[in-house]
Amino acid sequence: MSAPTLDVTGLTVRFGGLVALNSFDFALRSEELVGLIGPNGSGKTTFFNALTGIYPPASGRVTLGNDDITGLQPQRIYDAGITRTFQRLRLALSLSVFDNLMIGNHRNLYHGIKGNLFGRKRLRQQVEENVESSRRLLEQFSAPLATRLFDSVFQLPMIDRRRVEVCRALISSPQILLLDEPSAGMTHEETRALMDDLLASRERMPGLAIILIEHEMGVIERVSDRCVVLNYGQKIAEGSYRDVSGDHKVRAAYLGED
Amino acid sequence: MTPGKRDFRALIVAAGLAALFVVLFLHLEAQWAIALLALGLVLGLYFAVRAGLLARVQAAASHHPRAAIAINTIAGIAIIAVLREEHFALLMLATVCLFVTVCLGLTIQFGYAGIVNFSGIAFFGIGAYTTAVLTAHSAIPHLLIIIVSGLVSGLIGSLLILPMLRTRGHYAALVTIAFGILFRTFLEVNDTLGGPQGLKVEGMRILGWSLNDNISLGPLGTVSFYASYAMLALFVAAAAFTLIKRLERSWIGLNLDAVRTDETAAASFGIDVPRWKIFAFTAGNCLAGVAGAIYAMMSGYIAPASFNFGDSLLLVSIVLLGGSGSALGVLPAALLVVVLPEKLQIIQEYRLLLFAVLVILILRFRPDGLLPRTMREYLPGWGRK
Repeated sequence: MSAPTLDVTGLTVRFGGLVALNSFDFALRSEELVGLIGPNGSGKTTFFNALTGIYPPASGRVTLGNDDITGLQPQRIYDAGITRTFQRLRLALSLSVFDNLMIGNHRNLYHGIKGNLFGRKRLRQQVEENVESSRRLLEQFSAPLATRLFDSVFQLPMIDRRRVEVCRALISSPQILLLDEPSAGMTHEETRALMDDLLASRERMPGLAIILIEHEMGVIERVSDRCVVLNYGQKIAEGSYRDVSGDHKVRAAYLGED
Repeated sequence: MTPGKRDFRALIVAAGLAALFVVLFLHLEAQWAIALLALGLVLGLYFAVRAGLLARVQAAASHHPRAAIAINTIAGIAIIAVLREEHFALLMLATVCLFVTVCLGLTIQFGYAGIVNFSGIAFFGIGAYTTAVLTAHSAIPHLLIIIVSGLVSGLIGSLLILPMLRTRGHYAALVTIAFGILFRTFLEVNDTLGGPQGLKVEGMRILGWSLNDNISLGPLGTVSFYASYAMLALFVAAAAFTLIKRLERSWIGLNLDAVRTDETAAASFGIDVPRWKIFAFTAGNCLAGVAGAIYAMMSGYIAPASFNFGDSLLLVSIVLLGGSGSALGVLPAALLVVVLPEKLQIIQEYRLLLFAVLVILILRFRPDGLLPRTMREYLPGWGRK
């Protein structure tokens, strides 16, 4: 088994007196897909936010490969190769699909002021390359969507917006993808289609590891290699879906004590 | 007819119509004619957008960005040539061009990066006062002074943005309001800068030629000295327009849009939010400073009373009227907001009141403005792929 890509030890996040995440230990290997589950308010999204630098951790340590990335700015976390989607979509609705994808590809683009305003040879080349690669990526999720590359995201239905958000997180070829409840606001069928496409595109991205926050247990059961269960900011169980779903602490967390 | 020829025809027809309109608007005196023209402009643009005529012209312009700028600059020169003897019309035309330049700066700040700036006129004023001081106390060539004034404006702006970076939403707007008021009060109590009486400013000279002299064409009559300033202002506005279009159609323009639409998402994808806010604010204020410098030399006299908070609101209303983030929309909006109160005496007293009502109506019924911003086109002819 390969060494863990992401190693989290004792990660704690506090909001005043509330401990949103309590001494959380977590490891993720390359190419693994881990489901992160737990009732509402159990600290799943807090974990993502602490990992991606949106919330500063109170204590603990996060390493990616050999690098300590604890408490880095979101920009540096992205540069290190961790990208994410958001529970409530955070796309730029007024911008085109292509623009949104290019926001996700920031680290591979050229941002010098001179070359962007004058000459523009490099800009032209990058635009042309990225139009192609964006089309290819979108086609893996939906062929009709790939033809709407220059439409504004505002005109797209929910499922396509989700696809755009997932593609935005994938286009820079990250090491780790964090998916925060991709099924929210979608039907079972749409969720299934999105997950199938995602699994298929994972084949083309060697090494990509995924952490998936999800409330739909059917999805977790089908796609995850391993599950981690959070409750009140604490890890209460870890293992295969079968083990975890049989665990009495997990049942109590979801259904209440007997 | 080839598509290229059709594009050029569309561009020339559009520029010709615009030039004809501007000449009539500036030349006519009758109150009813002015009111009718203003109404015609608003309705005309509305239907041109609805009928797709404007999209046609914009597509042509995006296919030939350089030709589009050149044709419209020539149209501007033609306007100046036709109005060559009319001091007042040329003064207004020059003022419109300078306001266009300032509002293009505000477009970078507000339209792209989402930074609300309620002290636009203060940065215009910083440029004007820098010019007044430098022309009086230094031997720097005047063209260079214009550039230096822009840089000083940008520099002071980049200091102001530092506390703004720590605030969000309305608080950033409050910082700029406070700065605008502070700037005016400072000028009024500062005796070295002339206090409430203000300062006299030398007319502009380029290589020994004074822009403040009328140009005699012998038997053909005399060209007003305002024509020289109008020409200069026109070139500056055209340069600003070119620059801002290039900015929009680049990865930097995309970064600014990302910062405006969602700071958290932008940061999560590596975009350095403070850096691009500083960039946008500085670039916008540089444009305001350059415009202020030319304004100071043209009017020959500046005083704190010319840089009111109300004038900053007028600038913001131009941006909103044209369409937030729409560089093209700034042109008709600036024309209306600058010229209308000067020509229609009835509304002169009420101009702030009227523009306040106008902003409310725009935000209520047409939040995207007269000429809504279109999708970003990175390369010429992008829309026809």
